[in-house]
Amino acid sequence: MTDVDDVLTRVHRQEWARVVANLARRFRDLDLAEEMAAEAFATAVERWPVDGVPPNPGAWLTTTAQRRAIDRLRRESRREGKHREAVMLVGTPEPLGAIDDDRLRLVFTCCHPALAMESRVALTLRMVGGLTVPEIAHAFLVQEAAMARRITRAKGKIAAARIPYGVPLREDLPARLTGVLAVLFLIFNEGYLATSPGTQPVRSDLTAEAIRLTRLVRELVPADGEVAGLLALMLLTEARRPARVSPTGELVLLGEQDRTLWDRELIGEGHALVRERLASGQAPGRYQVLAAINAVHTHGRSTDWRQVLALYDQLLRLDPSPVVRLNRAIAVAELDGPQVALALVDALPLDGYHAFHATRADLLRRLGRTDEARAAYDRAIELAGNTAETAYLVRRRQET
Amino acid sequence: MVQYLVSVLSDSTELADDAEMAAIDVFNDQLRADGHWVFAGGLAGPDAATVIDGRGAEPLLTDGPYLESKEHVAGFWIIEAPHLDVALRLAAAGSKACNRRLELRPFLAG
Repeated sequence: MTDVDDVLTRVHRQEWARVVANLARRFRDLDLAEEMAAEAFATAVERWPVDGVPPNPGAWLTTTAQRRAIDRLRRESRREGKHREAVMLVGTPEPLGAIDDDRLRLVFTCCHPALAMESRVALTLRMVGGLTVPEIAHAFLVQEAAMARRITRAKGKIAAARIPYGVPLREDLPARLTGVLAVLFLIFNEGYLATSPGTQPVRSDLTAEAIRLTRLVRELVPADGEVAGLLALMLLTEARRPARVSPTGELVLLGEQDRTLWDRELIGEGHALVRERLASGQAPGRYQVLAAINAVHTHGRSTDWRQVLALYDQLLRLDPSPVVRLNRAIAVAELDGPQVALALVDALPLDGYHAFHATRADLLRRLGRTDEARAAYDRAIELAGNTAETAYLVRRRQET
Repeated sequence: MVQYLVSVLSDSTELADDAEMAAIDVFNDQLRADGHWVFAGGLAGPDAATVIDGRGAEPLLTDGPYLESKEHVAGFWIIEAPHLDVALRLAAAGSKACNRRLELRPFLAG
């Protein structure tokens, strides 16, 4: 029984996207694809413990889902004739060779820029990730009914506006792939630093899901440097998760983390990806530079801040945003001291951002400017949503 | 093929200037050449609008647009495209040509 449960869980993770994607291509209907995939898995839950696991579970699920879809369409065509025609998905006519895969089509459709970001995230988790609507609703602290409406509305727009089920036009491809990575990174970040006080500080379910989906995209687009970079960034970040929150639920900063708790396997894999990108000789994008920074953080006994600063200088050329400048200033503080860093930080227009005030507070504390440091901690505490981060800031405030 | 309504959004009643008109002509020629053209036209300002409610015994007329808003539809295209990605590319080029924001909406499938 337990064995079958394990198989079901594993097969669900491995095959869900494939089954949905296959049905979506065949029947050109995302709604039908999702529902019939769910029914096929429900049937498996009933039947496999009794009949045994079929020799090819993926094929069994696809066939079962297809049969159900055909039955459904027959019933409906008897009832309402042309209706199905109205919600058909359209495909893009020219497949792009190596990256033409049903699952990749599904990812691009779910992450289409004509959908709101929150819809892209929800659709990707549902259609590609196989999370249930209640699971997604819980992950983003939205009522189940509201999340169901969001997903239904997104599917409705895909059908009505004819968002294609397919890989993008060649000229759109780089921007669209960047858009997919943004969705995956957002899912990961929400897991890594949950923004709400109402959830666990670290949501390993979301980080794991984001990594799994990014692995899938990498498998489908292996030559893209930014896909590799994002995967490496996630792995090197995830590797530090066991050391990131103390037993008392407080955030532990990088320099104070117990490195023996880090996941060596993930670090090894992340470093290998970063080396692979360096060896390619191609100019790195944003995710690759961020991955390289995290590779430096996870290399040896302590961080080589000179390398980190050089990488932030490189990142700044790609993304000259205030948040990047803030993170660069943290590296400057390690090399040139808090006074120099504070001057850089104070010039940034980030008053609504908790990390800005937390960084200022730390620099002011190191400079012995106690009153100003306390005021900055207060502001950071006010803006921070993550419970572990709040706990850390409160203690630091008390000690200052 | 799907038809899309491409509405030109404007917050002023100023008509397109010569450079904009010339760019729109080039864009329209391209739409025709590539088989995307269905129809297009510019509209008089919202002051020229009349709202008609003919559901009663006598039609009821109201002077002005049905909604007072900062922005109004200054003109439109109806284009034909195989799917949204193509329509979005066309709309982006059209927006550049007329130098205004556009709204793209699919017609209901027949």
